Amino acid sequence: MSYSDKVIDHYNNPRNVGSMDKNSADVGTGLVGAPECGDVMKLQIKVNPSTNVIEEAKFKTFGCGSAIASSSLATEWVKGKTVDEALAIKNMDIVKELSLPPVKIHCSVLAEDAIRAAIGDWKKKQEAAKPVAVEAR
Amino acid sequence: MSTDVKIPQALTNTQHAAPEGVKLPIYMDNHATTPVDPRVLEEMLPFFMEKFGNSASRNHSFGWAGEEGVETARERIAKLIGANTKEIIFTSGATESDNLAIKGVAEMYREKGNHIITAVTEHKAVLDTCKRLEKYGYRVTYLPVQKDGLIDLDDLKRAMDDKTILVTIMYANNEIGVIQPVTEIGKLCHERGVIFHTDATQAIGKVPVDVVKQNIDLASISGHKMYGPKGVGALYVRRKNPRVQISAIIDGGGHERGMRSGTLNVPGIVGLGKACAIAQEDMAKESCRMAGLRNRLRDRIMGKLDEVYINGSMEHRLPGSLNISFAYVEGESLLMGINDIAVSSGSACTSATLEPSYVLKALGAGDDLAHSSIRFGIGRFNTEAEVDYVADRVIETVERLRELSPLYEMAKEGINLKDVKWAGEASH
Repeated sequence: MSYSDKVIDHYNNPRNVGSMDKNSADVGTGLVGAPECGDVMKLQIKVNPSTNVIEEAKFKTFGCGSAIASSSLATEWVKGKTVDEALAIKNMDIVKELSLPPVKIHCSVLAEDAIRAAIGDWKKKQEAAKPVAVEAR
Repeated sequence: MSTDVKIPQALTNTQHAAPEGVKLPIYMDNHATTPVDPRVLEEMLPFFMEKFGNSASRNHSFGWAGEEGVETARERIAKLIGANTKEIIFTSGATESDNLAIKGVAEMYREKGNHIITAVTEHKAVLDTCKRLEKYGYRVTYLPVQKDGLIDLDDLKRAMDDKTILVTIMYANNEIGVIQPVTEIGKLCHERGVIFHTDATQAIGKVPVDVVKQNIDLASISGHKMYGPKGVGALYVRRKNPRVQISAIIDGGGHERGMRSGTLNVPGIVGLGKACAIAQEDMAKESCRMAGLRNRLRDRIMGKLDEVYINGSMEHRLPGSLNISFAYVEGESLLMGINDIAVSSGSACTSATLEPSYVLKALGAGDDLAHSSIRFGIGRFNTEAEVDYVADRVIETVERLRELSPLYEMAKEGINLKDVKWAGEASH
């Protein structure tokens, strides 16, 4: 199988590799996939609480080149977007950008899932924090 | 707080310079196929234009020259496996040989019984043939394998009954290289009057095979796995103690004692014969060298990387064969990182079905390790310098991908990956 230049580029020079403190209130972590299925993505976002803008994104991926590229691209795309804008990213956008073949579409689905999971985790933290904030007033 | 992982420039794919004496890309996938040995090609060439005759043409010198080429080849193959020349049937390759052996026995011995025994790690040429026979009313037992990839002889004994007509167990596995206890299987079969077929595609020419001593009744042989050409193979069919009969699956001019009709692929057969002659001559020396290179590769990799697992028995294994799982690294991404080296992976991503290797799954190591496996097939034309280069590239690529791997990170944090509730599990 041959890879598109963009997949190869992301594979060779993955963007935003790394980890953030998953216990931080501003950080949302999405961990999707399973080792048995051959793909696991961890995508983390750091959100500015006053603007809801994703200021930082990091990923680590166990998976094929297309999975690595999909998650690398996802971190690039979510950065600078508000949480709601990031939720609008669809897996088919990733498929198009990376020219993924049909057998690799699941990699893009997983990347979309990872974005959603990270945002979901962050939202959960915000909600959990709310009552505390009210009491403090 | 964030931790950035710097990806060194030197690890990008295309920037690698070949070390002294190494030509890139390196071919190390000799289980898939082997290059034709120049000595084989040389022997074949006259049979394309000069001695092009049909070996079945009995009335002129062109035919006789072709026949002579074929009969020399037959002798060489027979000699390599301890058979008689009349016991060698030429085919188009091991897949046809497997089909002919299994379907041929099934049809011929239908009156006697309808039970066939094979193993879950067999090549698809055997498994799919057995599956087809199931549709026609045959009963097939698929023996499991142990952790080391070998069948349990007690399982085989238990599986045999009075309806068993055939046991088909491969000599050496194409994915993990493990060598089954063929001699013992043959003995068990002969004690019970059951025919024993072995797909010896990966073994013949690499390790000594003796059909008489090992009680083998049928053996599939392939040209292109032993530095011969593609599109040619053979089936050994025992003629005495016991005499084995098979029904043909290809009917026509009655070639090959009626067992396989069709004009013989004379140049291919000549090439297969020469490949056997070379193997016979060089096997002892060559297998020693292959095992040395294989062990060197293993030791270099395992000396530098932790959590690397060898798939299958190390003791009962083809000399040039090594199948390794690199925990926390997905196989296809590893192949992508070593793209100037030709090897293969048991990862689902490298297969059309998106299923990881059924052979590795059968070892019970878990799908995750199947996804992380690489098969190295060292062959006659690989060198020590190539092995060292491959080891270095594999080590640096695995290290890079582990830095990218969330699983590696979690494992380092002391999380047991088996205890994690994975979000993706439900959907698969």
